[in-house]
Amino acid sequence: MNIQVNLTENDNKLKGDIHGEIDAHTAPVLREKLEAYQAQEGLNAELDLSGVDYMDSTGLGVFVAFYKSINAKGGHLKLTGLSSRLKRLFDITGLGDIMDIEAAVGKGGN
Amino acid sequence: MPQHIEAQYQEILNEYVKKQTEQNLYVGQNFSRQLILENISPEEVISMHKAAIRELYSDLPDVVWHSFDFLIEMMINYGLALQERQSLLKRQEELKVEMDLAANVQETLLKTKLPSLDGLDIGLLSIPAKKMNGDYIYFVSDYDGYAGVAVADVIGKGLPAALCMSMIKFGMDSLNSSHALPKDVLGVINRIVEKSVDDSMFVSMFYANYDAGAASLTYGSAGHEPAILYRANTGEFDELEAKGLLLGVSPAAVYEEHSVTLEKGDMVIMMTDGVTEGRTEEGFIEREVIYKLIEQKKEQPAQAIVQHVYDELERMQNAELQDDFTLVVYKKV
Repeated sequence: MNIQVNLTENDNKLKGDIHGEIDAHTAPVLREKLEAYQAQEGLNAELDLSGVDYMDSTGLGVFVAFYKSINAKGGHLKLTGLSSRLKRLFDITGLGDIMDIEAAVGKGGN
Repeated sequence: MPQHIEAQYQEILNEYVKKQTEQNLYVGQNFSRQLILENISPEEVISMHKAAIRELYSDLPDVVWHSFDFLIEMMINYGLALQERQSLLKRQEELKVEMDLAANVQETLLKTKLPSLDGLDIGLLSIPAKKMNGDYIYFVSDYDGYAGVAVADVIGKGLPAALCMSMIKFGMDSLNSSHALPKDVLGVINRIVEKSVDDSMFVSMFYANYDAGAASLTYGSAGHEPAILYRANTGEFDELEAKGLLLGVSPAAVYEEHSVTLEKGDMVIMMTDGVTEGRTEEGFIEREVIYKLIEQKKEQPAQAIVQHVYDELERMQNAELQDDFTLVVYKKV
């Protein structure tokens, strides 16, 4: 039950990587860190999730909220390094069709 | 400070100073509990101590009395912190009462009636992980041979989630028909939820409509865990997938729908992610495990099947389910 979120922003480009588990306990930490950037106009964000071993629907909610707010401000969010389990979560929820996501290369499930 | 407490304290202190036994300390410990119950602050305890020492040993040097006065000053903020804690405890108690009330309202408001149709056996189990259930089940049936069922999971818990569910319920009631098609039901509720819910709250929902006359099930999904189809003649399990975005993300979302015809002994198993996202010490519980549990009881009534799946999954997770658990079985009989 822990999470590590590293974010750096330069010239309206937000780069970040997330490690650990994103569930009801840790999602507020992630939400708070992302909220600091969501009001920016035209933000280009790319978050690497290859260090995320587990994510539940609460975690998904955090990304959708961030996606919606930066999209409304003309920005773009890309999520990379999704494990097959995470990829499935995005696909089932239909978010995989509207969000820019990229599965990890050669990374198995679980 | 009541006088009898001061007198009692002096006596206990005197006994301890004279003998210093475990027994004396024990009496002191019990007495301090009584002081807490009577809301006596730390600075008052030190004042009482100072007064008692003055009675017992009046000839101590001034430096001792001054030091007590200083200590009393030091303790005043601790006394305030204690008061704050007590008022927080009281507030927490009040909130708990409000939560109980809200849970009751949720239960009453969201009550649903199991449809009764010829040739269809329905099993249902919905167990919240905490007091308020984030999963929602609603049946629509008006005795004309159709049974609609919505299985929804509100992302975001507690009171806001419960309020969100009443929106789903009223969305379905406004359609007022057990014939309504899944793509229409999901479309209507999507527009309601999208307008009224904040950005981090979403709903996944599976909607299925069973037509008993044709033994056919029409279903659609808004970002929900696929339902499972069990075929009795082959013994095979399959996922009922249907494309569709979570409710409340985009007003433009459109929903697919598909149909399957059920034969005798076939089952459709609908659930929330509390069933499929279970974890044990060895890792995630795979879907095959759930298939196996269903197969073990496939000859039994639908309610016995859902109970068996719940019991076994709970046992695998040491009776600690992390998420709300909801399972519905439609079994063609």
